[in-house]
Amino acid sequence: MFFTSYSFIIFLSIIFLLYYLIPKRLQWPLLLIASYIFYGFAGIKYFTYIVLTTISTYIVGLKIGNLYKEESKYLKENKGILSRVELKEYRTTSKSIRWKWLLFCMLLNFGILGVTKYTNFTISNINFILAKLGSGRQLGFLDIALPMGISFYTFKSMGYIIDVYRGKYEPERNIFKFALFVSFFPQIIQGPISRFDDLSETLFKEHNFDIKNFNDGMIRILWGFFKKLVIADRILVGVNTIIRNPDTYQGAFVFIGMLFYAYQLYADFTGGIDITIGISQVLGIKIKENFDRPYFSKNIAEYWRRWHITMGTWFKDYLFYPISVYKPMLNFSKYARRTFGDSIGKRLPVYISSIIVWFTTGIWHGASWNFIMWGLTNCFVILVSQELTPFYNWFHSKFNVKDKFLFRSFQVVRTILLMSAIRLFDCYRDVPMTFRMFGSMFTNFNVSDLFNGSLLNLGLSFADYIVLLIGLVILTTVSLIQRKGSVRDRLYKKPAILRYSVYYVLIVSIIVFGAYGVGYDSSQFIYNQF
Amino acid sequence: MTKKRIITFVSFICVLLASLFLLQKLFMPKYVHGIVEGSLIEEYYTEEEKNHDIIFIGDCEVYENFSPITLWENYGITSYIRGSAQQLIWQSYYLLEETLKYETPKVAVFNVLAMMYDEPQKEAYNRMTLDGMKMSSSKINSIKASMMEDESIIDYFIPLFRYHSRWSELENDDFKYLFKKENLFHNGYYMRADVKPVTSIPKGKKLPDYRFGENAYDYLDRMVELCKSKGIELVLIKAPSLYPYWYDEWDEQMVEYAKKHDLLYINFLNHIDEIGLNFEEDTYDAGLHLNVYGAEKLADYFGRILVKKFDLEDKRNDEKLKKIWDSKIEFYNEMKEKQLKEIEEYGYIKSLAPNPGQ
Repeated sequence: MFFTSYSFIIFLSIIFLLYYLIPKRLQWPLLLIASYIFYGFAGIKYFTYIVLTTISTYIVGLKIGNLYKEESKYLKENKGILSRVELKEYRTTSKSIRWKWLLFCMLLNFGILGVTKYTNFTISNINFILAKLGSGRQLGFLDIALPMGISFYTFKSMGYIIDVYRGKYEPERNIFKFALFVSFFPQIIQGPISRFDDLSETLFKEHNFDIKNFNDGMIRILWGFFKKLVIADRILVGVNTIIRNPDTYQGAFVFIGMLFYAYQLYADFTGGIDITIGISQVLGIKIKENFDRPYFSKNIAEYWRRWHITMGTWFKDYLFYPISVYKPMLNFSKYARRTFGDSIGKRLPVYISSIIVWFTTGIWHGASWNFIMWGLTNCFVILVSQELTPFYNWFHSKFNVKDKFLFRSFQVVRTILLMSAIRLFDCYRDVPMTFRMFGSMFTNFNVSDLFNGSLLNLGLSFADYIVLLIGLVILTTVSLIQRKGSVRDRLYKKPAILRYSVYYVLIVSIIVFGAYGVGYDSSQFIYNQF
Repeated sequence: MTKKRIITFVSFICVLLASLFLLQKLFMPKYVHGIVEGSLIEEYYTEEEKNHDIIFIGDCEVYENFSPITLWENYGITSYIRGSAQQLIWQSYYLLEETLKYETPKVAVFNVLAMMYDEPQKEAYNRMTLDGMKMSSSKINSIKASMMEDESIIDYFIPLFRYHSRWSELENDDFKYLFKKENLFHNGYYMRADVKPVTSIPKGKKLPDYRFGENAYDYLDRMVELCKSKGIELVLIKAPSLYPYWYDEWDEQMVEYAKKHDLLYINFLNHIDEIGLNFEEDTYDAGLHLNVYGAEKLADYFGRILVKKFDLEDKRNDEKLKKIWDSKIEFYNEMKEKQLKEIEEYGYIKSLAPNPGQ
C-alpha cells in the first residue's frame, strides 16, 4: 500500500476517524492493529521477520533490564561488604552477560537483515571472483524477498536495544507497546529512524483531538503529497529516460539528469517524511525531523548533518562512537601516534572509523557496489575537506568573503553539485558505467543539447517543465521562509481566508498537476527500497 | 470549534467541491470531434421517448452498420442502438440490464463479435463505454468486470482523478461543451456518408483455439436469462463487417448456441448479396464498417426479418411518435447533406476530424 495510493488514503481516513472516536486508552492498540494491517498489505509472509525482530528485541531488552536490576539490587545489598576488586569483578561479569545478550540480539537481527538483503549480492561477488579465477562454477541466486521496511525497523530496534544495554532507559515491559514502536505504520517504510525514548513519549499517550495539531498535520501531509506527486513523480520520467539510456544520453544530459535526480530525490524523500510526520501529528504523536533544508548546506559534512538526520545520528551514536572508543581502536590510536607522530596518528583512527561508517551507510542504502562507492566517495570528500581546513582558513584570512552572499551562494551551489555528482552512483547500473557517464560530462558536453529541444524528448513536455519550475520556486521559497521558523505556525496565525486559500491551492494542485493514475507509472518512494 | 470556524470550514469544503466538480467537467473528454464514439452511451439519456421496439447492443458493428431511421421509415419500428467502441460482452450485458430499467423492448439484438474477447482489453475503450453511463448498480458491476489491472474503481467514480492530466491539452471544445453537448448520433447510430471501397479481403490467421472463453459464454447465458425473465426476444447477429475476421469455427459455436437456446441467429456475412451490399460503395473504411448507404440497406433487410419473425407493429401512424421521428429524420437528412457537402468541398468529413476548426 503506497502512501500515495487510494487505498492508503481510505485506510488513513478510517484510522483518523476511529482514533478520536474510540476510548483514549485504546488509541495505541488501534495504531498497533493499523500498523500490522498496513504491514499485511505488503505480504503476510513478511510478518515472520518483523515479529521475530520484535519478540527477540523485546525479550533481550527485558533480560538486560532485569540484569541491571539484579546488579543494582546485589550492589545495594552488598554495599560496604564487597571489596573494590570484588565490586569491579562483579560489574565486569554482569556487563559481560549483558553484552552477550546484546550481541546475540544484534547478530540475530542484523543477521536477518544481512541474509535477506545481502545474500544475492554476496553470491554475485563470489561468482565474479570464481569467474576471474577461471572456475566454470557459478552459484545460483536465492529467491529471497526483502521484507518491507526491514532496514528501518531493524535500525530502530537495534538502537533501542543498544540504549537499553547502555542503561539509557528502562526496557519496555509491554510487548504490544514495543511492537507498536517497531511497526508504527507511518514511519516503517522510510523512517525517520526514531529513538524509543523520543517516540514513546507521545506514541503511547492518550490524545485529545487538537485542532491545531490536526490542521498542521493535514497541511504537512498535503505538502508531502505535493512534493511527491507534483514534483518527484513528474521529474522521474526525465530521470529514467536519461539513466536508462546511457548510450544515448551523455555529456550535458548526464549533467541535467544529475540535477533532475537531486531535485527528484529531495522532493520524494522529504515529501515522504512530510507525510509521515504529518500523519503522526494528526494522531498527536511527535516524530523528530529528518531534514533541515539540506540543499542550503555550505559543505558536505554540513549537508550530512541536515539530510536524513536520524540515519546520520544513528550511525554516529551506534557505530562511529563505539568504533572510536573500541579498545583495539584506542590501542591502534596510541600506536599510530607513536609511529606516525601526533598529527597523523590522531587522524588515522578517525579516518578508519569514518571509512567503516560510510561503507556501512553505503551498503545500508542498497546491496550493490554502487552504493558502497557512493558511501566511500562521500567519506573521501568529507575527509579531503577536513584536510583542506588549513587552506580554507588561510583563504578566509586573505579574502574577506566568508559572510558575503555571493560566496555563500557559491558554497551552496558547489555542495549541491558535488552531492549530485556523487549520487550518480545511485543512478547508473554499475560503477564503471557511473564513471563513464561522469567522465562524459567533461569529454562530451554539448551545450546545444540544452537548447535544441532535446530536453523535450525526455518524456517531459513543455508544460511539465513549467510545473517543475513553479514547483522549484515554491520549494525554495518555503525553505527560505523556514529559516525564520515554522511555515505552518506562521500560516496558522494568518487570517482564515489566506489560510484556506493555501489549502485550496495545495489540494487542487495535487489533484490536477499530480503525476498519478492511469498513464503514469505509480512509483513508490525511493527510500522504500532501502 | 466556534460557530464562525465551522461556517468557514463548511464554506471552504463547498467551494473546494464545487471547483473540483467544475474541473472534472472541464477535463473529461468531450468526444464531439475526432473520436466521437465516446459520446454514444450518454446520448441515450437525452432520448425523449424511451420506449423502443428494438434495442441493439454491441460494438461498432452495430452502431455503424444499422440505421434506426431506415427501420422507422420503412417499417415503423422504433429502435435504439446502445453501442460503443469495442463493447465487451459484459459491458453489453450490463448496458442491456441498465436499459431495461428505463424500458422493455420487444427485441434485443446482440452482435456476437464481442464473444471473441474473454477479458478486459483496453482502458480507453472501457472509458468510452463506462464514462457515459449514469451511476447505477449496472454501471458499478460493469466497471468491476471491465477494469484492467492498473485501473482503479475510484477513477470511475471520480473521473477527475483519471483525466486530471488533460490540463495541458485542453481545447476550445472542452470549454464550449462544458455543460451541454449537441446530439451527434441518430438513436445511437453513427453516420458516415463517405466511401472507401474494399481493396482486399483479409484472411483470418490460424488460431490455436477457436473456442470462445468461459467468461464470454457466462455473460451470454446471463443475457439470455435476462431477456427471458423480461419476456424479450433475444436475437444474435453477426454484422457484415469483413474484418475482424469471423471464423467458421466461431460461427458454428453461435449456430449451436442459438439452436440450444432457441434463439434467432443471423450471420449477415452469409447474406451480403440478398442485402444488396456492395463493398465498392457501401463502406467508408474498406470493409470494417458500413457507411450510411450500407447501413440503410442492412436496416431494411433486417427490418423485414424482424417484422416477419416478431410480428412488430408498424407505428408510423402514431401521431406522437411520428412527430418525434420526423424531427429525427430531419436531423438525419441534414447531417447526411452536411457530410456530403464537406466531402465535396474538402475531400473528407471535416466536422468529424479531430480539429475541425483548423
